[in-house]
Amino acid sequence: MSWLEVKDADVYYGRVHALRELSFDVEEGEIVCLLGNNGAGKSTTMNMLSGLVRPRAGVVRWDGTDLTTAKPWDIVSRGLIHVPEGRRIFSTMTVHDNLLLGGYTVKDQRAIAERVELAYSLMPRLAERRKQQGGTLSGGEQQMLAIGRAIVAGPRLLLLDEPSMGLAPLVVKQVMEIIAEVNRQGTTVLLVEQNARAALRIAHRAYVVETGRVTLQGPAAELAQDSRVVDAYLGA
Amino acid sequence: MMQLIWNGLIVGSFYSLVALGYSMVYGIIKLLNFAHGDIYMLGAFVGFLVLSSFGGIPAAMSIPALLVILLLAMVVTGLIGVAIERVAYRPLRSSPRLAVLITAIGVSFTLEYGIRQLFGPNPRAFPVRLSSESFDVLGMRVSLSQLVLVVVAAVLMFVLAHIVERTREGRAMRAIALDPQAAHLMGVNVNRVIATVFFIGSALAGAAGVMAGAYYGSIDFLMGFVIGLKAFTAAVIGGIGNLYGAMLGGLLLGLLESFGAAWLGGEWRDVFSFAILIVILTFKPTGLLGARVVERM
Ligand SMILES: Nc1ncnc2c1ncn2[C@@H]1O[C@H](COP(=O)(O)OP(=O)(O)OP(=O)(O)O)[C@@H](O)[C@H]1O
Ligand SMILES: [Mg+2]
Repeated sequence: MSWLEVKDADVYYGRVHALRELSFDVEEGEIVCLLGNNGAGKSTTMNMLSGLVRPRAGVVRWDGTDLTTAKPWDIVSRGLIHVPEGRRIFSTMTVHDNLLLGGYTVKDQRAIAERVELAYSLMPRLAERRKQQGGTLSGGEQQMLAIGRAIVAGPRLLLLDEPSMGLAPLVVKQVMEIIAEVNRQGTTVLLVEQNARAALRIAHRAYVVETGRVTLQGPAAELAQDSRVVDAYLGA
Repeated sequence: MMQLIWNGLIVGSFYSLVALGYSMVYGIIKLLNFAHGDIYMLGAFVGFLVLSSFGGIPAAMSIPALLVILLLAMVVTGLIGVAIERVAYRPLRSSPRLAVLITAIGVSFTLEYGIRQLFGPNPRAFPVRLSSESFDVLGMRVSLSQLVLVVVAAVLMFVLAHIVERTREGRAMRAIALDPQAAHLMGVNVNRVIATVFFIGSALAGAAGVMAGAYYGSIDFLMGFVIGLKAFTAAVIGGIGNLYGAMLGGLLLGLLESFGAAWLGGEWRDVFSFAILIVILTFKPTGLLGARVVERM
């Protein structure tokens, strides 16, 4: 059995059938990428893992926890941390307070302090702006803050929903490097991306999701060569 | 002159305590809790009940007794606030704002006329006589009990500011006010934190109710209505959702009333103070401390 196992998951929003028998898995230590067009069900998948939406049917298990019934705060305190689409920074709170909120479920004050320092050392731009309001940061800095907030939570499985959205190519590269570094330090990453090129560069494996189903899967390097992926997601 | 300021501060600190709950609840779930003034009334009645069941309290003991009753009333009103949120507001959290507003008005009437049924329509004398032992400072006549009231109010506000700004729970409150779903993703139990806010806000209003009962000497089932409106005004003048705004707004309103009553006579008090408040809003529609937010577009 895989570390994270999703099997035949069905999610509905009212009558909209958003995930249709979706299945995939993630092993500890990997970076796994979900690719797919708008409305394919990528964010829904993330929301299902973090307990924001519940599947009507199927298995969602992570490291011995049944994610279909676990309370969202228990999921967070066990180390499954979801960085949502659009970053969702607390705009009028300072950078530092945003980071501290990441540690909301962490009891050990020393661990929080160490991880805040880790976030600052991975992203020195944040350290320079620690007293600034989160909402005043640039898009790239906000994305870094969102990742930093997750780092303070002590992630074992980090879910990142379109971290490159709206960022300039150079900043996308920086953000991807930070993600790869977080992974090297021991965090498993599930990455949702529209920017397939950037994502496949750091991912180990990838799945293509179309209308709520997995239609292709494989090692990232192979998918990057696959003509169906190249045509649909990597441009000409 | 100094006397007017002192009197204004006393009444203003009641307004501030009530305004804080108004502002916190609005800040966190964007609800105008019209029943909030009635919690102040309930606080006064809880104090009344406890005091009457003890029979008389000797004047020498009035201040310590008052403090104990204050704590008791805060716990009771805090729990009532939590219960109201649970029963009346939480089920409507995702309904249109108007529905919840009407619910709040319904809760307000329920509390007012429920108390009227229990205690009757006539004012009751608050059964504690504050010792009128007083002394002169800076040209003000200050009684010991007045001083105690103002100090207690200040301590409560200080503790609240500390909780909201420096503690983990306070950070969670501010986070929910900005983005409940993102707070949820940080592992915040949003419902529990909202319940905490209702507890704190209601306890502050309950405290103000006891203090007002002791200060004015009489209480009735409608006493929360006007102060509810005034506290709401104070919260808006200060910048609703902003803690220091609510404190400032309450004190300002108390001072304006005190000066208005002295300069123009008691009947003109509200005309004077509200006219000035309207002028303030004309120049600062978001309130004195509202929207000091740097927001990127
Ligand atoms: N709250 C909702 N209510 C109703 N339908 C929804 C809701 N959220 C998502 N959907 C629908 O579910 C489907 C999947 O949406 P989802 O947000 O998961 O897509 P996505 O792959 O993340 O797309 P994008 O790349 O645009 O972010 C879409 O058809 C969407 O319209
Ligand atoms: Mg999405």
